[in-house]
Amino acid sequence: MLEIRNLHANVEGAEILHGIDLTVRAGEVHAIMGPNGSGKSTLAQIIAGRDCYEVTEGTILFDGKNLLELEPEERACEGIFLAFQYPVEIPGVSNTYFLKAALNAVRKYRGEDELDAVEFLSLVREKMKLLGMSEDLMNRSVNEGFSGGEKKRNEIFQMAVLSPRLAVLDETDSGLDIDALKIVANGVNALRSPDRAILVVTHYQRLLDYIVPDYVHVLANGRIVKSGGKDLALELEEKGYSWIDEPASV
Amino acid sequence: MTSVIENNAAEPYAAYFAGLMSDPLAGLSHAIRNLRREGFSRLEEMGFPSQEDEDWRFLNVSPIVRGRFLPPPPAAAHEGEVRALLDSAAIAGLDSYRVVFVNGRFRKDLSSLAGLPKAVFAGSLAEALASPLQTRVEEHLGKHLAPKFNGFAALNAAMIEDGAVIFVPRGGVLDKPLELVFVSVPVENPFSTHPRNLVLIEPTAQASVIETYIGEPGAAYFTNAATEVLVSEGARLSWYKVQREAQGAYHVAATQIVQERDSTVAHLALNFGGAIVRNDINLYIGGEGATGVLDGLYMISGRQWCDTHTRIDHAKPNCESHELYKGILDDNARGVFNGRIYVHQDAQKTDAKQTNQTLLLSDTAQINANPQLEIFADDVKCTHGATIGQIDEDHVFYLQTRGIPKDEAKSLLTYAFANDIVRRIAIDPLRVAVEKIVLAAREAPTDFVI
Repeated sequence: MLEIRNLHANVEGAEILHGIDLTVRAGEVHAIMGPNGSGKSTLAQIIAGRDCYEVTEGTILFDGKNLLELEPEERACEGIFLAFQYPVEIPGVSNTYFLKAALNAVRKYRGEDELDAVEFLSLVREKMKLLGMSEDLMNRSVNEGFSGGEKKRNEIFQMAVLSPRLAVLDETDSGLDIDALKIVANGVNALRSPDRAILVVTHYQRLLDYIVPDYVHVLANGRIVKSGGKDLALELEEKGYSWIDEPASV
Repeated sequence: MTSVIENNAAEPYAAYFAGLMSDPLAGLSHAIRNLRREGFSRLEEMGFPSQEDEDWRFLNVSPIVRGRFLPPPPAAAHEGEVRALLDSAAIAGLDSYRVVFVNGRFRKDLSSLAGLPKAVFAGSLAEALASPLQTRVEEHLGKHLAPKFNGFAALNAAMIEDGAVIFVPRGGVLDKPLELVFVSVPVENPFSTHPRNLVLIEPTAQASVIETYIGEPGAAYFTNAATEVLVSEGARLSWYKVQREAQGAYHVAATQIVQERDSTVAHLALNFGGAIVRNDINLYIGGEGATGVLDGLYMISGRQWCDTHTRIDHAKPNCESHELYKGILDDNARGVFNGRIYVHQDAQKTDAKQTNQTLLLSDTAQINANPQLEIFADDVKCTHGATIGQIDEDHVFYLQTRGIPKDEAKSLLTYAFANDIVRRIAIDPLRVAVEKIVLAAREAPTDFVI
């Protein structure tokens, strides 16, 4: 589904990613772990289409399509979803209006009919229940005045409504207490299916107790320095990142 | 060179003025003739403002002055165009009273005033002067907004022919919004109109008014409006101004609102049209316990200029005023916001808050924002703030990652910025209509030639 080959990327002239290779197949959950500044969030943002990063070498294919040629909104319509590490507050745009515009843009792209108000509302209600969100949030401005946890929950709620084929979760666990973490993980797990894939970017192992990955990759200094199964995450938790830093800097 | 223009300011209007003064039909009344005469001599004395005047330094009005625009000949307008424009100015789903002016002249046939509550008056200045209201009108007209206010106010007074008069008697409630619609359609030559409006809201009365200016695209004209509003003790007035002049038109308007004790005024100005636009909105809070609100949105692009000057006078203690003005400027548009709050020595316990926010959508748009607080009382709460910014790229990216195209994302964020003002519109059909104008303004072609 997602094939990243020899990806190099710069920000403001400095290279941050030094050749990433990663293959994610439908049905799989991959975790990307690594210390701060390793390039995890950069990778997530590049997949979503952030234009402040310059890809200097390499390719990203999504279902065989060259992702780097697509605008962020086209990537979203193709089925890529990025749950932000820091979701932005947008005063003046109601959650309802925003989500409806997003959903209908995606449906239109896929050649599906736009949802009418009743269909939209019943979909929204179902997914709000899944994420334990109260309906009054829908009438508020996007993320405005939300706590850190509410913002993260809202990201997963949006994901549940848009039902992407590849979900990229960027540090979704940060700012969540344990109960919220379980709810969020539950929302993510509900999306797991043989034709979807999930890429979990995280510093800590604890989210992976609830969203159990098939593969774990360790990113350090802009390279994947180690890949393995879910046990690798536990090893990292135990030993920290210092032991894997060495080979990357060689 | 400016002194040459000043010395000749009244000259282009002299013949028309003389014609008005000698025409018994256009005479209206003795008091009106005196007011005209005062206007004309003030204009001769003061001339038009220029960029050498502090209050006009960011606005070049010389195209208006050089244009020497005169009122159009009567009954030259094409009826088909008039009706089409009136339709486009219509607010879907709004049940209202309507007073319609075409090229500055009252059109009873296009107005709708059936069912107006007894003792409420809404109509033309000429009608009001021929009614029992005559003495009230003569008593107030030109008193609150004197010809000496500036050269344009002087010209307006000199050219008084028509305008709207609204009178709501003590305790009266206007059951529906009242629309004043000023329509401009092209005639043979570029022209000017000088609507002169007087609004008297008597003690404890209530009204809401929508003042609309709309012009046929491509029409060349100059609207020079003057409006005086007296809101008496305990009365409440909501006022919406919707300025949608033709893109090449010039619009200068001065509004003076006077509030008596315990009255409430909410004035909301929406400016979309016009090539050169100047609004002076003055609120004089002259009685204790009164509340005044001035809100506004200006949304301009191309080479439009929009200059807003507001002045709030707190003359008496225990009053509050709130002011929020927002501007959205694209292309080479230029805006001015000058908000003055003047707290008189007596006005203890004044609570005044002013905010001005501007969104610049291009690198070449310009805004001059200038809050001015002058406080002569010592126990007051006054705050002001001005911010100028651009669309946040992080916000655009966030919306894009949810499937919303970049242009649409920018429109949505622009709309969100404007919505802060739009949602304050308490008349639902008007709010919906304004939402549509705001959204359409972001898709409309933005470049045009004056």
